[in-house]
Amino acid sequence: MPVDAPVLTARKAGLVACTQCAGVWNVGQAKCPRCGAALESRDIHSLSRVWAWWFVGLLCYIPANLFPMLNTTFMMKTSGDTIVGGAVTLISHGAIPVALVILIASVAIPASKFVAVAYLALSVQFRWKTDHLKRMQLYEFVEFIGRWSMIDVFVVAVLSALVQLSVVVSIAPGPAAVTFAMSVVFTMLSARSFDSRLIWDSLDPQPDEDSLT
Amino acid sequence: MATTLTSDKDLEDLIACPSCDALYHAAAPGHGERAVCARCHHVLIAPIEGAVLRIVALALTILILLGTAVFVPFLKIEAQGLSHSTSIVDAALSFSQAHMIGLSIVVLALIVFIPLARAMLLIYVLAPLMFHRLPLTGARMAFRWSEELRPWSMAEIFVLGVGVALVKVADLARVELGAAFWMFAALVIVTVLQDGFLCRWSVWKALDARTGKATSE
Ligand SMILES: [Zn+2]
Ligand SMILES: [Zn+2]
Repeated sequence: MPVDAPVLTARKAGLVACTQCAGVWNVGQAKCPRCGAALESRDIHSLSRVWAWWFVGLLCYIPANLFPMLNTTFMMKTSGDTIVGGAVTLISHGAIPVALVILIASVAIPASKFVAVAYLALSVQFRWKTDHLKRMQLYEFVEFIGRWSMIDVFVVAVLSALVQLSVVVSIAPGPAAVTFAMSVVFTMLSARSFDSRLIWDSLDPQPDEDSLT
Repeated sequence: MATTLTSDKDLEDLIACPSCDALYHAAAPGHGERAVCARCHHVLIAPIEGAVLRIVALALTILILLGTAVFVPFLKIEAQGLSHSTSIVDAALSFSQAHMIGLSIVVLALIVFIPLARAMLLIYVLAPLMFHRLPLTGARMAFRWSEELRPWSMAEIFVLGVGVALVKVADLARVELGAAFWMFAALVIVTVLQDGFLCRWSVWKALDARTGKATSE
């Protein structure tokens, strides 16, 4: 079956589908009788929630990169390490694979996630006809990969709990740990707010304008 | 288009792709096979032989592993005659010492409470089905919650974080791995297996079959 051929959707059949349990019900049903989730043919507030979480996520991501993730006190002297600074230190010690893990999880994934979610939201808002399957796969990838950004927060937690050797060396979390964790949570919420069924709506011959905000 | 009210009987055999809204007649594939949405490739149904029993067994394993890991030694560091040991809870609480108590709670939730809650919810939902009994009250809500919590259960990410932290301290001090570390490593494998066995649609069908049909009034 050609992917771009119009298919029968629950909405076209006058039905409403539950995104939680995949059950199908008559339009007008407010809650899914099977699982209790709220039913909506298309979540019309989806895009405003996506953008709201996206902006607070971005707002938290900026200080997360400017302030130190952790403060190391070595022989009474304290120095802070930002996300990128910490990775550079790792590279200088020759631990390149680990530095790459940090750079990918804390810089590449969050940055590309902001771009990807914005692109998906805009593509739906302006009914771009770009490859639907590719966009769908991009969305599923974003949802899958986003949570892995949390890794740096866990690194900071373990390091500051473990490295406590009285006067010799101790590590404490820096202010960026909080803003970075918030940024990861908010971008996860942003991606999860997106109603992926909207991607496929531009395939329908008669666009239903009130399905968009 | 005129909205024709379809009877519940007809609706029962229908399944709509949660990702793209395509409508299909639900036909459960054989064990080990998958029904995939033709246009967005989302996996709709993937039943596994004996899945209920396996999921309950793995959820019990998660409960035991997590419940024990919290109380046994996690990591110990030694350098220049000084040593310091830490537990899983200490790791989460390290933020509260720096006045970030909120982050401590979030980290504890992501690596301990949410995985625990998911395991308990799944046992609550599936254990009665395993013994061919009626589901317990609220089983439907419990299952929905367990699925909602899935992305927030981050034990496996924590394990990778521990690995990175160990490399960072490697040239600073000697680190001893405690039992809790290995329990968390095992937890990763158990969680991945469990999520592989879990087919949402099959669980909903099983709940429907035991409680009578869900009807739309
Ligand atoms: Zn439902
Ligand atoms: Zn689909």
